[in-house]
Amino acid sequence: MSDSNIIPKWLSVGVIPLMNLFLAFCVSGLFIFFIGENPFRAIFVMIKGAFYYPGAIGYTLYYTTNFIFTGLAVALAFHARLFNIGGEGQAYVGGLGVGLVCLIFDQHVVGFLVTILAILGSVIFGAIWGIIPGYLQAKRGSHIVITTIMFNFIAAALMVYLLVNVIIEPGQMSPETRDFASGVGLVQLHILAKYLGLEMAMSPLNLSFIVALTVSVGFWFLVWRTKFGYEVRSLGHSETAAIYAGIKVSSTIIIVMAISGGLAGLVAINELLGVHNKLLLGFTAGYGFTGIAVALMGRNHPVGIFLASLLFGALYQGGTELDFEFSSITREMVLLIQGLIILFSGALAYMLNPLVERIYIKYYGNYNNA
Amino acid sequence: MLESFQIIISLLDSTIRIATPLIFCAMAGIFSERSGIIDIGLEGKMLLSAFVAATATFLTGSPIFGLFAAILVSCSASLIHGFACITNKGDQVISGLAINILASGLTITLGIALFSRGGQTPPLASEQRFMPIDFPFLDQLSFVPVFGELFVEVISGHNILVYLSVLAVFFTYYVIFKTRFGLRLRAVGEKPEAVDTAGISVIKMRYQSILIAGMLCGLAGAYLSIAHGAGFGREMSAGKGYIALAAMIFGKWNPIPTLFACLLFGFLEALGVRLEGVELIWIGEVPVQVMQALPYVLTVVLLAGFIGKARAPGAIGVPYSKEG
Repeated sequence: MSDSNIIPKWLSVGVIPLMNLFLAFCVSGLFIFFIGENPFRAIFVMIKGAFYYPGAIGYTLYYTTNFIFTGLAVALAFHARLFNIGGEGQAYVGGLGVGLVCLIFDQHVVGFLVTILAILGSVIFGAIWGIIPGYLQAKRGSHIVITTIMFNFIAAALMVYLLVNVIIEPGQMSPETRDFASGVGLVQLHILAKYLGLEMAMSPLNLSFIVALTVSVGFWFLVWRTKFGYEVRSLGHSETAAIYAGIKVSSTIIIVMAISGGLAGLVAINELLGVHNKLLLGFTAGYGFTGIAVALMGRNHPVGIFLASLLFGALYQGGTELDFEFSSITREMVLLIQGLIILFSGALAYMLNPLVERIYIKYYGNYNNA
Repeated sequence: MLESFQIIISLLDSTIRIATPLIFCAMAGIFSERSGIIDIGLEGKMLLSAFVAATATFLTGSPIFGLFAAILVSCSASLIHGFACITNKGDQVISGLAINILASGLTITLGIALFSRGGQTPPLASEQRFMPIDFPFLDQLSFVPVFGELFVEVISGHNILVYLSVLAVFFTYYVIFKTRFGLRLRAVGEKPEAVDTAGISVIKMRYQSILIAGMLCGLAGAYLSIAHGAGFGREMSAGKGYIALAAMIFGKWNPIPTLFACLLFGFLEALGVRLEGVELIWIGEVPVQVMQALPYVLTVVLLAGFIGKARAPGAIGVPYSKEG
């Protein structure tokens, strides 16, 4: 799979992805039409739900934060031509890192420091869950797609076991830990705004969003401005060439998977440190899988990933609005749209290339050949 | 002694019930992957067909009709997969993932729109399902010790799809290893250029393989909702497609070993349910999650080459283009 070299970049990177997205939305609209609702009204409701109500933008950006983390995680692996389907499990285990740090230290250490340690915990635990499949791919030749899928399920079983049997708050039924101490956590932006004398509607949007933006810039720097990034991209283009260039393939794979897992693990800081203030069952809610769609749409570039995350953030937040406005379509509609986006922007990403090439050559071809 | 025999009998009985959809899906996976197409979408195809089977059966009252509808929709999903990664040379893993997510969203959305029951289909009556079949001579045989009981409780008394799944294994074995079609199919998965040079269409071979895979996933889905269960529930496939994928790898892409892997994974799940809350001597209580994670752990260990080596078909995951 590669971009066409016949058509200019603005067509292959700009127009074709938008056309794919458009197709995905058209098919989603058809489904809504067949269900007997008006697709345009559904879009209108979703846009209103995602941007218009007080706090709606905050919610949208809160979801966006998760997708930036998981999108970057998948994208980094893609740069090394590794398919990390394990974002879901890595984020989940990242939550274990946050939970353990907070439960162990929050009674003894000052909240600020615990928060920093907890962020590190999320990265390290997520990284561990990425390193093992990375190691197995690099040293034992196990296919990373299969191992990361398996690790998602192993993570799920592990977390259920720990939350039900080990770190559950004693004396209660629902599988979650006790609340973290009050000084621990990432402050929500509407509270921060109040301190600064600004008015901001209540929403779960918290400092993690700033972390996500910072990490995005770091991602760009790492991939396009460092030696390591160069090695990763070389490996992604051609393993043989990378070996000839003296790049240590297996250690690069393992480090990529470590960083990728760490990025996915950061979902836990948004969810646990920013919102829930405790470790609970199933807080990843499919964000890891959505990260794949985000990376595909965003073409593995931080800017694209930000835009794609924003789109998915809006879809998730707008999707909840569907529940209130319609009797026959619900937020699960968003899953359908997500599946179609993965299909058209991912698997069928190059379907339109021949068509666009033909049209382009018909109108502009003579200039190039002359 | 008698009691533990009873426990073993009931364990084996539930093993077979749990393993049936795994067997169908794993055989589907073998057909697809032996021809060079990775099939992550087993899960989604099973889920879609479970939904369609229950819906069509509810609307028409006939499970036969439901079964065919399930196969039809599962094959359509296979065709989408094929269109994306055979015709358009898209990424097979991404396409399969798209089908899984699409299936999740589609079944819930359509279920709510059609029946307004939060994604479930209305329950089916007994005559609308494939019910257990009792073999002849049960009464006479039940007096025979051990074997009689084994026959009555474990072998007999399942629905038709259970027996069909065993047939599917032999069908898969026969087609893949004993027919010309199977030889070509394996060749397409290992060295598509060679098959192409011999004048056989790689594309046609691969489409045929994934259509067979679609049919088998359809059977798995129908088993869930109109044979084993009495209606469709949200996310009913619950990761079984991925366990089947693991079983296929565990069986090294061979039908007979894969059958045993499915039975092993089915047995682990049955055992896990059975052991819940039971204190074992020396070990203590085994958490049910250990049993749930074990199929995945075993597959990872096997893939890593610590117990034998699982080797995937040579050309798996690579779209075929004549220009090379």
